[in-house]
Amino acid sequence: MIERGEVANSWRRERWDSFRLLTPNWQSRLPGLHYEGPDPDGYMTTAEITEFVERFAKLSGAPVRTGTDVTSVRRAGDGYRVTTSRGEIACRTLVIASGACNLPTVPRFAGAVPASVEQLTPFGYRGPGLLPEGGVLVVGASATGVQLAAELRRSGRPVVLSVGEHVRLPRTYRGRDVLWWMDASGVWDQRYDEVDDLTRARRLPSPQLVGTPERATLDLNALTSMGVELVGRWADVRDGRALFSGGLRNVFSLADLKMERLLGTFDEWAGRRGLGDEVAPPERFAPTGVPDSARWQLDLNSGEIRTIVWATGFRPDYGWLEVPVVDDKGRLRHDGGVVDSPGLYALGLPVLRRRRSTFINGIEDDAREVIAHLAHHLAVRR
Amino acid sequence: MTTVANGVNVQALLDAREVLKSAPEAAQFVWRASSKWQNGVHSTTTVKEFFGLGQEQTHRNEAVFDADHPEVFAAEDNGITPIEYLLVGLAACLTAGVASVAQNRGIQLRSVEATLEGTHDIRGILGADSDVRNGFNDIKVTFNIDADASKQDIEALVAQSQKRSAVFDALTNPTNVTVEVA
Ligand SMILES: Cc1cc2nc3c(=O)[nH]c(=O)nc-3n(C[C@H](O)[C@H](O)[C@H](O)COP(=O)(O)OP(=O)(O)OC[C@H]3O[C@@H](n4cnc5c(N)ncnc54)[C@H](O)[C@@H]3O)c2cc1C
Repeated sequence: MIERGEVANSWRRERWDSFRLLTPNWQSRLPGLHYEGPDPDGYMTTAEITEFVERFAKLSGAPVRTGTDVTSVRRAGDGYRVTTSRGEIACRTLVIASGACNLPTVPRFAGAVPASVEQLTPFGYRGPGLLPEGGVLVVGASATGVQLAAELRRSGRPVVLSVGEHVRLPRTYRGRDVLWWMDASGVWDQRYDEVDDLTRARRLPSPQLVGTPERATLDLNALTSMGVELVGRWADVRDGRALFSGGLRNVFSLADLKMERLLGTFDEWAGRRGLGDEVAPPERFAPTGVPDSARWQLDLNSGEIRTIVWATGFRPDYGWLEVPVVDDKGRLRHDGGVVDSPGLYALGLPVLRRRRSTFINGIEDDAREVIAHLAHHLAVRR
Repeated sequence: MTTVANGVNVQALLDAREVLKSAPEAAQFVWRASSKWQNGVHSTTTVKEFFGLGQEQTHRNEAVFDADHPEVFAAEDNGITPIEYLLVGLAACLTAGVASVAQNRGIQLRSVEATLEGTHDIRGILGADSDVRNGFNDIKVTFNIDADASKQDIEALVAQSQKRSAVFDALTNPTNVTVEVA
C-alpha cells in the first residue's frame, strides 16, 4: 500500500476545522472494525475519524508505505510499472484507491472574478476567523456548501448562497437518522447495474446534511431562517458582475419532489415491514421557501462580497495514471471497480458497486468483490 | 409499463441520446431566422432552414412571423410584439417537455394548458428610467394538466420539463449575443 502522506491523509489535510462526518458513528464501519464508543448516533470529528482509520491500519496490519508519492503508473508486460518518489515497483495487479475527491472543482469563470475578492476552496478553508471581514458568497448548496454557509453566517458575516441542483434531506425522519432509513430500507443496497442512469447516480451531489450533536436539519429553509440569502446557480461573470440563473424555483421543486418521493418509499417499506410501532408517524416538511425576489446579479466590485468560497464539488486526480482508462470528463472507466485494463482495479469511488459505495460504509462489500475478481485474475493468468 | 399515447416518439429521442453520446459533432445544431423590415415597427421574420446531424436541414414548410406593436404604442398592430414571442417560445418548449416526459414516464395526458404572464416595466425601453431593465422583470407560467397521474407526479413532470427546456435555460441564464452589421 502506497500513501503519499500519512494514514488517513485526506481526513488530516483536506477538511476544515469544524468538520464532522455526516454519517452516524455506527455507520462508519471498516472490515472487522465497528464503532464501539458511547455515542453510536453521533458524528465523528476529523480527529476521531483519523484515529479510527489509524486504528484500522494497525488492526489490519496493512503494509503501508507512507510518505511515498505515486508519480506514474504504466502498463508493462502483463502487469504495471509504478514509479514513486521512492523508486519503482513492478506489479501484476494494481488497485487504485487514491480517492474520488483529490481536487476541488471550480468553474472556469472564476478567472473573471475581480482580484479584490478573495477566493477559497474547501481545501483552503479552515474556519470563518481566517476570512477577511465582510460578505461571503458561498457557491454550491450540497453538504460542504450548506455547512460552510451556516458556519460563516453564525460568525456574523452576511452570506449569499448560490444554489444549483441539490439533494434535500431532513437529518432525522420519523425519529431515526435519515441515513438509517437509507441503509435499512435497502436504498443503499441498490446495485450499480440496477441503477437507471448510472452516470447521473455517480455524479449526484452530496446530500444537504450536517453531523451535529443536536442532529439538526440543515436544508435551505434552515439557512434562510438564519439569514442566509439564496440566489440561483452561478452562470457567469460579466463586467465584474456575477450572474445567477433565474431558475431557482425549479431547483427547489426538483429537490422537494425527490425528497417527498424518497420519504414515500421509506413509509412504504416501513409499512410492509410492520415497523409502525418502532418508528414515529410519517412526517412531511414545508416546501423550500422561495425568496420574494432572488437577485440574479451581484456586483463583485461593490465591496459587498469580500470572499468567495467554491463549494462546487471535487474530482479525482489521475494525472499520474498513464494507462488510457480515463474518459474525456476525467472519470475512470470501470465496471464495478474492474477497470478497463487487465489487472487494474478501483475502490472508493461513488456508486462503485452499489449506492453504499459512496460512503465509508460501502468499502467492506466492495473490497471483497473487487478483490475476488483480482484473485481470480491472478489465478487464471499464472 | 402501460402503453400511453401522447404522440411523442420517445424511443427515437432515447435512441438519439445514445447515438449522440458518442457522436457529439452530430449534436451541433444551428437554428436560423431572417427578418425584413416592413414599415414602422412592423417586420416579418422567416424561418425555414437549419443545420443539424451534420448537414443542412429544412422545415417541411417555411414559417413567417409578423411582429409589430399594439395601438397603445401608436403602432399598427400587424403582429404580436417581439417580447411576446419569448412567451410563445417558452410555452411551446415547456409544453413539449411535459408531453415528452409524460410519454417517457408512461403517463397518459388528456389536456395540457398553460397561461403565461411576463411583467414588463416599459420605462426601461423608453429610456425613462435607467434603473429599469429593458426585458421582463418576472415570468409566471401556470400549467393546468389533466392526466392519469397524482398531483405530485404532475408537478414532477413540470419540474423535469423545465430542467430539460432550451427556452427556459435561454431565458434564465445569460447567453452571448453578437450583433454585427454585414
Ligand atoms: C468533504 C468530504 C466529506 C465526506 N464525508 C463523508 C462522511 O461523512 N461519511 C462517509 O462515509 N464518507 C464521507 N466522505 C467520503 C469518504 O471520504 C470516502 O468514502 C472515503 O474517504 C474513501 O476512502 P479512500 O481511502 O478510498 O479515499 P481517500 O480518503 O481520499 O484516500 C485516498 C488516499 O490516497 C492517497 N493518494 C492519492 N493520490 C496518491 C498518489 N498519487 N500517490 C500516493 N498516494 C496517493 C491520498 O493521500 C489519500 O490518503 C466524504 C468525502 C469528502 C470529500
